[in-house]
Amino acid sequence: MEGRTAVTAVQWTSEAGSPRSRASLAAKGFGAAAALVLATGLYLGLVVVPPDAVQGDVQRIMYLHVPSIVTAYVAFFVVFCASILYLWKRDLRFDAVAVSSAEIGVLLTGITLATGSIWGKSTWGVWWTWDARLTLTAILFTIYVGYLMLRSFAEDPRAAARYGAVLAIIGFLDIPLNHMAVQWWRTLHQPSSILRPGGPSVAAVLLLPLGINFAGLALMYIYFLLERVRLERIRHRTAELRLKRGRRG
Amino acid sequence: MVAGLLRRTWAMTWKDVTVELRARERVNAMLFFAALVLFIFNFALGPDREKLREVAPGLLWLAFLFTGMLGLGRSFQAERENECFEELLLTPGDRESIFFGKLAGNVLFMVTAEALILPLFGILYNLDIWAYLPSLALVAFLGTVGFSTLGTLLAAMTAHLRAREVMLPLLLFPLTVPVILGSVHATEAILAGQGLGQVSHWLKLLCGFDLIFLVVSPLAFEFVLEE
Repeated sequence: MEGRTAVTAVQWTSEAGSPRSRASLAAKGFGAAAALVLATGLYLGLVVVPPDAVQGDVQRIMYLHVPSIVTAYVAFFVVFCASILYLWKRDLRFDAVAVSSAEIGVLLTGITLATGSIWGKSTWGVWWTWDARLTLTAILFTIYVGYLMLRSFAEDPRAAARYGAVLAIIGFLDIPLNHMAVQWWRTLHQPSSILRPGGPSVAAVLLLPLGINFAGLALMYIYFLLERVRLERIRHRTAELRLKRGRRG
Repeated sequence: MVAGLLRRTWAMTWKDVTVELRARERVNAMLFFAALVLFIFNFALGPDREKLREVAPGLLWLAFLFTGMLGLGRSFQAERENECFEELLLTPGDRESIFFGKLAGNVLFMVTAEALILPLFGILYNLDIWAYLPSLALVAFLGTVGFSTLGTLLAAMTAHLRAREVMLPLLLFPLTVPVILGSVHATEAILAGQGLGQVSHWLKLLCGFDLIFLVVSPLAFEFVLEE
């Protein structure tokens, strides 16, 4: 088993990560598209559309807040799937996807918490309150920060990959349980205004920048993921070259 | 098959209990720590009885969980310090028996500590816990099993890390939020004189958590121990 994994690692890293490779160019394409779409969405959301009738300008933060948390959930779902695939196939490429996606997910969850906090200060009058969804997002954040810390403390990359995969699977299974517990504990968050029975309660003109930003963040996620996976390949390649030089010397 | 698993699990638990009975390094430390925690809470919150009554369920569970954390960390570190990990892996039979054996030991040590914390808590904070003892014991058991199941898995994992003492609580507390919320709120309702029927949703949540991770953790344990 170990022998086979080692071979996979060599094959994977030997052609790794040149900045002029086709994969890298594709990533940059996604990056450019993400920048363009996000700029359009944010311009529409922050400047063009009228402010909210009740909440005023602060409501505009929703155009970043909502797409961020949705993309973060997608990222954590990708971590979950990639972790199962890693434990099954023992291919370090899956692990690279898992750790990359987890980092982006933590970033997006951080953005969600920060924007939500700013919105809360001006709407509820407090930076933080123990509302169900806030709490759940904070728990999610701590679980995946723990995931990244766990990996950084492991002694070798293969152990980091195994431990990380186990934690990612446990952590993802934990989300619905956390959700239930926190829901029963308290609910104060403004109920979801888009995914609700009877159709969205948001005016169509406000939905447009939201939709564009969803697409923009999804593109940004793909761009970050591709680049971060490439970085992971280069890391493995560097480690291997060091090992080889060490052996010869 | 099942008989073999049970026999090996029992052997594992018996080994841990024997070591504990001879060395007395885990349970003694846990008990003393628990008593200290109850003392410190008192200093932190003042002697106001009404205030204490309000936060009592939370305090009780913090004492349980901090004490439990202390014991969990030792369960695999002791094997590592004595260089027994390899021998553990060489044990014939399924790895699940190692997991369940360790888990049974951890639950046993934590329940022992809880059995002493609970009366001490009642005395120090003037709470009438005796009338509700069976319900409290049920909630304590369900919560302890859930906490120890994930705890045993993560203790096995963190035993191999640098900074292992720090990492176990950092990983375990966020993952066991459902257990913490469920146990604290069920305890709160029971101490307020409500029957078990009033807290059945929290009990169901605790049972669900226990079942899910009692199935998943032994499977995941195989990947953790792989060398």
